[in-house]
Amino acid sequence: MSRDDPVRHHKVALVGNPNSGKSALFNALTGARQKIANYPGVTVERKAGRLALPHGESRELIDLPGAYSFDAASPDEEVTRKLVHGEFDGEAAPDVLVLVLDAANLEQHLVFAQEVLELGRPTVVALNMVDLAERDGLTLDPEALSEALGVQVIPTVAVRRKGLPELAHAIAEADAHADEEAHSRWHLTLPERRLAAKHMAKGAILSKSTRHSIENGVDRVLLNPWIGPVILFGLLFVIFQAVFAWATPFADALEGGVGATSAFVTETVPEGFVRDFLTEGVLAGVGAVVVFLPQIVILFFFILVMEASGYMARAAFLMDRLMAGVGLSGKSFIPLLSSFACAIPGIMATRSIPDAKDRLTTILIAPLMTCSARLPVYAVIIAAVIPQISIGPGVGLQGLVLFALYVAGIVGAMVVALVLRRTVAQGAASGFIMEMPRYQLPRIKDLAIGLWQRAWVFLRRAGTIIFVVTIALWLMLSFPKAEPGESQMDASVAGMVADGLHPILEPIGFNREMSLALVPAMAAREVAVSALATTYAVDAADEEVAADGVTDKIAALWSLPTALAFLAWFVFAPQCISTIAVARRETNGWKWPAFMVVYLFALAYVFAGLTYWGAVALGL
Amino acid sequence: MTLDAFEHEKSARITAINWAALAEDEGKRLKALGVDEGAEVSVIHRGVFGTRDPLAIRIGRMTIALRRAHALAIEVEPA
Repeated sequence: MSRDDPVRHHKVALVGNPNSGKSALFNALTGARQKIANYPGVTVERKAGRLALPHGESRELIDLPGAYSFDAASPDEEVTRKLVHGEFDGEAAPDVLVLVLDAANLEQHLVFAQEVLELGRPTVVALNMVDLAERDGLTLDPEALSEALGVQVIPTVAVRRKGLPELAHAIAEADAHADEEAHSRWHLTLPERRLAAKHMAKGAILSKSTRHSIENGVDRVLLNPWIGPVILFGLLFVIFQAVFAWATPFADALEGGVGATSAFVTETVPEGFVRDFLTEGVLAGVGAVVVFLPQIVILFFFILVMEASGYMARAAFLMDRLMAGVGLSGKSFIPLLSSFACAIPGIMATRSIPDAKDRLTTILIAPLMTCSARLPVYAVIIAAVIPQISIGPGVGLQGLVLFALYVAGIVGAMVVALVLRRTVAQGAASGFIMEMPRYQLPRIKDLAIGLWQRAWVFLRRAGTIIFVVTIALWLMLSFPKAEPGESQMDASVAGMVADGLHPILEPIGFNREMSLALVPAMAAREVAVSALATTYAVDAADEEVAADGVTDKIAALWSLPTALAFLAWFVFAPQCISTIAVARRETNGWKWPAFMVVYLFALAYVFAGLTYWGAVALGL
Repeated sequence: MTLDAFEHEKSARITAINWAALAEDEGKRLKALGVDEGAEVSVIHRGVFGTRDPLAIRIGRMTIALRRAHALAIEVEPA
């Protein structure tokens, strides 16, 4: 890291406590064009953007993970500490620090602020969310604070762009001094810092009304031991409805788009390997995953609103007791909730869990949450073998079976978590200590940026890992080429794999066609339906007609125990290579994904077998 | 008296914390949040569905969630 290098552009970093409004300030300063990547070697997100300075130049601005202290208690804090101290391999220390403080919580935030200022780097303080402080009845004196801290203090309201030009100006000024030697200043102990923070906060607060913050009143309802959980479950019900109902037209449109593109390729590209590769491999494979984008976007919309409003911390609070029962904490709730749409964003969301063992356990059980890819499989099998009868007012047997499959996944996950926390992910009972942020109205722009980032991460994954995996699977299904009169499925490498699988799967009631369908379903679970369609030679281009055809065939050819065993299999089986690939990425190695695959297949085998033999014994 | 047993919404001063009963990271986290000897706190929410776990406490202008196990390690007296 050479500070004299004239070519190297200076870097500015936002640093501050969690819940200081840092991310909103970052969004306001950089706009939507942000670069998100991981810091090398760790799964902590690095957010960077460009900050325009008044004299026409621009600087790279990075949003450091929120920290309460440099005495790191989480991977996020560790990254922030190493980075500002210039100890992070492959990333130079920032030249200018923008210290973000919550104006309404000065006494607390000034403790970490002193740690940052002790570094002696060019620093500017953004006294953020002054509007919320005013709402709470606080009138502040930025000048007094500036004098006490010895750096410029700019009052800002990130969400309303208030104070941003002044902040940019102050950053430019600090930037001009960035090449001077850093001279670290006073060094205090924690109690001394706390005392100093108390005095500085007192000096900076001009007047304080006795008005109560709205949090107390709202929390009295939302955190009420009885009403709170009822409201939370009501909200979850609405979210689930929305994820499945609102997404349908968009998913249909995407599917139509993929279909049209496929038809276009079929028309324009001459028959042969290239055309098959494009239509059956690329478009069919990646298209199968991309159709989940609307569901993921809708789910994340709700999650982002819950996060930005401050409710997510309350949801974690309400769920903590339940999660503690299986050795997890309230923080695992959000990733597991996401996994109902798709385990991929769910596993990525585990980054917010500070405890390593908690996080690992959550990653390992995320695939047990019934993701939306299982729905097509469940729907076809249930329609084929479960009679459409009513067993009570408004309760149909088919719906009940579907509900039971969801419950089986959740109960399975809880039991597995309990076992894992006592065996491979053993550790001290996980703790749950978190700050409950103040309530805020989420801002549309921040939501839009957040949604765009999640969607982009998902699409990029679909374009890379998932792309490669589906292509490999397609090659397995397409080669070697079938002789005339022989089905391609039978002749292919995948067919040979299925032949090898069948003797293993026969004892749990699976027929050969089912063994065959499981191989391509590794790309995406719902492919099992089209694979069954292929093997039963249901000749229909339209997917829904194909599904109807499969339903008839299954109803005619499968026994009830066999069909139930197939359903039980899909509750547990890790039938999704993309999830395994993401688990590898998030655990930095093959050890845990391998473990996940083995335990899930073992569970699937045992439960499918139990279901089959149980059903046979009952004479079903 | 421990914080767990302290009266609801009444101000309490922390007299001692049994750090040995807390995991290292949890101790660090509590300290960073200002939960330390001498601090004034009050319990404002407690439990879900009739359990006494977890708790929400107010310290300064912040609300912090923690578990009963943590509250049992925190000795308090009326402030």
